[in-house]
Amino acid sequence: MNPMKSLSPARLLAALVLFSLPMLAFGQDEPTLSSGDTAWMIAATALVLMMTIPGVALFYGGLVRAKNVLSVLMQCFAITALVTIIWVVYGYSLAFTDGGSLNAVIGSLDKAFLAGVTIDSLSGSIPETVFMTFQMTFAVITPALIVGAFAERMKFSAMLVFMGLWVTLVYVPIAHWVWGGGWISELGAMDFAGGTVVHINAGVAALMAALVLGKRKGYPTVAMPPHNLGYTVVGASLLWVGWFGFNAGSELAADGVAGMALAVTQIATAAAALTWMFAEWMRHGKPSVLGTATGAVAGLVAITPASGSAGPMGAIVIGFAGALLAFFASTMMKPKLGYDDSLDVWGVHGIAGIVGAILTGVFASTSLGGAGYASEAITMGHQVWVQVLSVLTTLIYGGVVSLILLYLVKLTMGVRVSEEQETEGLDIALHEERGYIL
Amino acid sequence: MKLISAIIKPFKLDDVREALADIGVSGITVIEVKGFGRQKGHTELYRGAEYVVDFLPKIKVEIAVDDPLVDQVIEAITSAAQTGKIGDGKIFVSDLEQVIRIRTGETGPDAL
Repeated sequence: MNPMKSLSPARLLAALVLFSLPMLAFGQDEPTLSSGDTAWMIAATALVLMMTIPGVALFYGGLVRAKNVLSVLMQCFAITALVTIIWVVYGYSLAFTDGGSLNAVIGSLDKAFLAGVTIDSLSGSIPETVFMTFQMTFAVITPALIVGAFAERMKFSAMLVFMGLWVTLVYVPIAHWVWGGGWISELGAMDFAGGTVVHINAGVAALMAALVLGKRKGYPTVAMPPHNLGYTVVGASLLWVGWFGFNAGSELAADGVAGMALAVTQIATAAAALTWMFAEWMRHGKPSVLGTATGAVAGLVAITPASGSAGPMGAIVIGFAGALLAFFASTMMKPKLGYDDSLDVWGVHGIAGIVGAILTGVFASTSLGGAGYASEAITMGHQVWVQVLSVLTTLIYGGVVSLILLYLVKLTMGVRVSEEQETEGLDIALHEERGYIL
Repeated sequence: MKLISAIIKPFKLDDVREALADIGVSGITVIEVKGFGRQKGHTELYRGAEYVVDFLPKIKVEIAVDDPLVDQVIEAITSAAQTGKIGDGKIFVSDLEQVIRIRTGETGPDAL
């Protein structure tokens, strides 16, 4: 079995049930390929890639001004390609192999350049090629999420360098700690599909990026309304659909846990979309399209860590709480504190991610309709404490290393475009293209 | 001859066109414009960030008419474009020195 499988209690349970089936009894020694699992995981991998291109790209692309639309699409697209190569060269190996004496901290380079990953390699019941590519799509979307924080002002070259370093020194180690058998998984933290690894991680890096780069020229006095909310709604919808691959795919099998992950993902997202819609309606007098779509994304984020352990009613509460806190963070806390996290990466992914991670410890309880903890000895209080620890670890490690990397890039090559380029728009200034020739 | 320029609410354009046709106006020019008067603009809200949009979309209708028709045109536009709410628009009337029909070279009221 691959190390990921041994982490979540839900998976443990599923594995136990699976192995107790008589038809599989003779197959216990050698892992065998399941064509059903494989078919689902290939589909799930494609769904998660779709979340970045075009999901996140359109979600963010619609929110910037018309003169920067291509720059955002380009950043998402280039990150997809860059991280793919990094993942193949060393990322996958460092995240998902046994690091021996260093395993608590990092994996080994045994599978660098995908050495030994062949047509016949299995990871659990699916080909390792599929497992590797599925995990790659997670490594791709995480840095792409950060783009929203520095939109409309970061140098493309600096963005590429930062993202390469960030994936290497932040994403890969944290993925190893949580999913690759590292020390956070040893603590017993529950993170089914990446609440800490993907969303809190991207959120805190985004906050650091917003602080290091500084505000956009004119923010917040100059009006910077989204130039095409239609793109944003389409992007949010693609995220919603793609997220079934993200959450239900994280089971790495086509089974009952995947089915429940699918259901709670839909339920939490719906609750969250309604929550933001009504919160805005009450506070500002009108229900907005952008608010409802943003609420849905907050719900998707919040349910992510809990998608393998929460029940349907837990999902409603998680979606509600995630969206409500993200709403306050994005629409009230940000303007008060004055930082320019331009597209609310911290407010949505960071905050809803933290809410989801902590509530995962609550709603895994069988008394609240969840799938239960890793063992009967674990209390809700203990699990919540472990969840808090994993959140703090991600915030501190991710925050500090992101800050260092951003300053490194800032002091060596500079992170911002010139004022003139910023005013002209990044599409023309950096890419010599326009999004709209009307 | 007078040039009548009317700023109206966009959704009233069809009513105004029909009212003008009914009194025998044979041609109008329509321009999409933006601006503000007493109605001011409106606010837009994106994730809590409020923007005031100063300029509202309006329609400007231009009609050149001979003097006897002026009052009728003003009456037609006023009754067709009126909602009674703020933002109904304005009508400007100015003297028109000369009109030339390009196809025939006719000038003055004959060219209208």
